[in-house]
Amino acid sequence: MNNPTEYLPRSYHTRVSTYWWLARWASVKFILREASSVFVAWIVVVTLLQIRALTRGPADYAELQNSLRSPLLLTLNAVSLAFVIFHAVTWFNLAPKAMVIRLRGKRLSSLAIAAPNYVAWVVISAAIAWILLRG
Amino acid sequence: MLFSAGGVVSAMLMPIHVLLFGLAFPLGWVDAPSYEHLLALVRHPLTRVYLFILCSLALFHWAHRFRFTLYDGLQIKHLNELINTFCYGGATLGTAVAAYLLWRIP
Repeated sequence: MNNPTEYLPRSYHTRVSTYWWLARWASVKFILREASSVFVAWIVVVTLLQIRALTRGPADYAELQNSLRSPLLLTLNAVSLAFVIFHAVTWFNLAPKAMVIRLRGKRLSSLAIAAPNYVAWVVISAAIAWILLRG
Repeated sequence: MLFSAGGVVSAMLMPIHVLLFGLAFPLGWVDAPSYEHLLALVRHPLTRVYLFILCSLALFHWAHRFRFTLYDGLQIKHLNELINTFCYGGATLGTAVAAYLLWRIP
């Protein structure tokens, strides 16, 4: 035996299956939450397509609006809405875990940190809706 | 940091955007804004900055999150150069496209 350490395994890594996350509902929820980012990116694509159509003129914009009415895109966007809301809710509910704020020595409750996010969400959404709809 | 900024921006702004442009306007739940109104809105520099920030930050949020979803979810960390290029490269490309489109509004 020249060098016994050559034959010893260095460290032991178990092979993890690609489908490990399907085993528990908790990990499925986790993957779904992370997957919501894909729908966020899709909405960016839709937004950029709209900007491009606006630049090209009313005909192009009308055409895009028509394709947005197709069952495929309606379904996709409805699913995107669900995921985007899921992202918002899970994000705001995580805020208390990320921000530990102490007031007079006591830690602020989770609700006190999450609630203002929800309020801001509603206010901002209303403002955007107003800007878009008043024309 | 870009990840969390993107997360906040996407959480606050995306739902109403998708609700209106994805469902309410196409389905006629509310009257869609006219082409002229939208064009006037989008021409305004503030709107352009707003849209740029929305698109860019959301893309980087996706990039970062998706990268780790691929690592942990699909267990393909060994493809990390490919994944990183795809995610962050994609976000950078999208940001550039957004900047170009927003710059070129007449």
